[in-house]
Amino acid sequence: MITFDDIFETNRMITENKLDVRTITMGISLRDCAHPNITKFCQNIYDKITKSAEFLVKTGEDIEAEFGIPIIHKRISVTPIAIAADACETDTYVPVAEALDKAGKEVGVNFIGGFSALVEKGYTKGDRTLIQSIPQALASTDIVCSSVNLGSTKAGINMDCVREMGEVIKRTAELTREQEALGCAKLVVFCNAPGDNPFMAGAFHGVSEGDKVVSVGVSGPGVVKHALEELKGADFTEVAETIKKTAFKVTRVGQMVAREASKRLGVPFGIIDLSLAPTPAVGDSVARILEEMGLEACGAPGTTAALALLNDAVKKGGLMASSHVGGLSGAFIPVSEDEGMINAVQQGSLSIEKLEAMTCVCSVGLDMIAIEGDTSAATISGIIADEAAIGMINNKTTAVRVIPVPGKHVGDMVEFGGLLGYCPIVPVRNKYSSAAFIARGGRIPAPVRSLTN
Amino acid sequence: MKLVVTIVGKDRVGIIATVSTILAENDVNILNINQNIMEGFFNMVMIAEMPENAKMSLGELQKVLKAEGEKLGLDIKAQHMDIFNVTHNV
Repeated sequence: MITFDDIFETNRMITENKLDVRTITMGISLRDCAHPNITKFCQNIYDKITKSAEFLVKTGEDIEAEFGIPIIHKRISVTPIAIAADACETDTYVPVAEALDKAGKEVGVNFIGGFSALVEKGYTKGDRTLIQSIPQALASTDIVCSSVNLGSTKAGINMDCVREMGEVIKRTAELTREQEALGCAKLVVFCNAPGDNPFMAGAFHGVSEGDKVVSVGVSGPGVVKHALEELKGADFTEVAETIKKTAFKVTRVGQMVAREASKRLGVPFGIIDLSLAPTPAVGDSVARILEEMGLEACGAPGTTAALALLNDAVKKGGLMASSHVGGLSGAFIPVSEDEGMINAVQQGSLSIEKLEAMTCVCSVGLDMIAIEGDTSAATISGIIADEAAIGMINNKTTAVRVIPVPGKHVGDMVEFGGLLGYCPIVPVRNKYSSAAFIARGGRIPAPVRSLTN
Repeated sequence: MKLVVTIVGKDRVGIIATVSTILAENDVNILNINQNIMEGFFNMVMIAEMPENAKMSLGELQKVLKAEGEKLGLDIKAQHMDIFNVTHNV
């Protein structure tokens, strides 16, 4: 029997501690849309997306109202366009991105992801066309997100693509310079990208997925922080236990939303992503959880250990609450989307180098970090190579979403708006060149730990 | 569907009467009421059953309750009970 206190506790989690479901994401396969004529292909994908996701937003809003749990975003992910459009006889996929944008807006979703290529081992013609189209595609659309997977534990790292993506990020920044290089906030470079991730900018509908699927990404840093506030001075066993219990509750809400959405939409349930996703709002920060554990500021020595504990306890708590767990499932540490991280950068406590260390123990990687606009493409490629190496060797997902904002320098602030937040320019302290290293190209061979058979 | 109706705000005469009238007019049957008043602050939870063929949808009922709550200076919510089941029962 649910008690009076239980009911008020749950509603307090929602109203005061910002418990929410970050996203319901519908994955849609576009493999049956292939056509040599790009105009016909664009029509095919527009028709399939608008038909499949016609009721996605309405269903999300109904569930939100009935259960009283905010569902912040409704999103779509599609088959990587480099695969779906490979048959098109064209040298640009910009019209495809525009068709995705139009379809996403027609059904009212917040983002549509999958302007993507998977090139960890090599390129097809479609992969090359897609990567070359990214800057213009992101500049001429609003809600399309793009990702490129250029490394994996099984295949190693495609260093040609590492080099190219440094340049693509720079060009994207240049083409969207009027909006603080916003295009780069919609572009992520991965190693070991999962095909069932509901979070942007990296969501795409993996090639091993079914025709359609509904997945849910949960949130809840504020709830975890609030639970830890009751534990001043307690030892880490108690801290971990409390985080597990809280993550269990948060994930159960996500599972319930996923089950309802799946039932109402008549689309199979995919996974729950256990990621602890922050927002720029006060009281919804992962950095503040780490500080609650006893660090004066996020980034101080001990931060990586605190994050490791948090990340592991969230997974342990969440696992039993969901029938299928997948996606990225770990704590996110985006800078611009986390009020505590922004504050830590401003205080000089958090650097890009410390963030890199932190990515060894949590999900994703260097995320939503604004850097100086004159950072060279080779330096950005060097950052990508380092992150990809961490992912490859540790058999985990890592990613880079850095934003080299033209004309901005350390000391400046950049505003992206909405969930993407705002960010002080984070210094890339090491000014030595990576150019000759990046110019080599080729592939970094798969590590010995890939040979598991 | 089972609903949980929560009412929070400053105590005054007729809160239960107002809310239960709205529920009755919409075929919602009250199963359980639990309330306390602390320092003049009113907290109440009702568990209620909403039939499949109720006159209003849950969304519409929520709007009516919210509007009535605003008139009385109260925060009135009606939620599907499952949100509480999943957070407190395994």
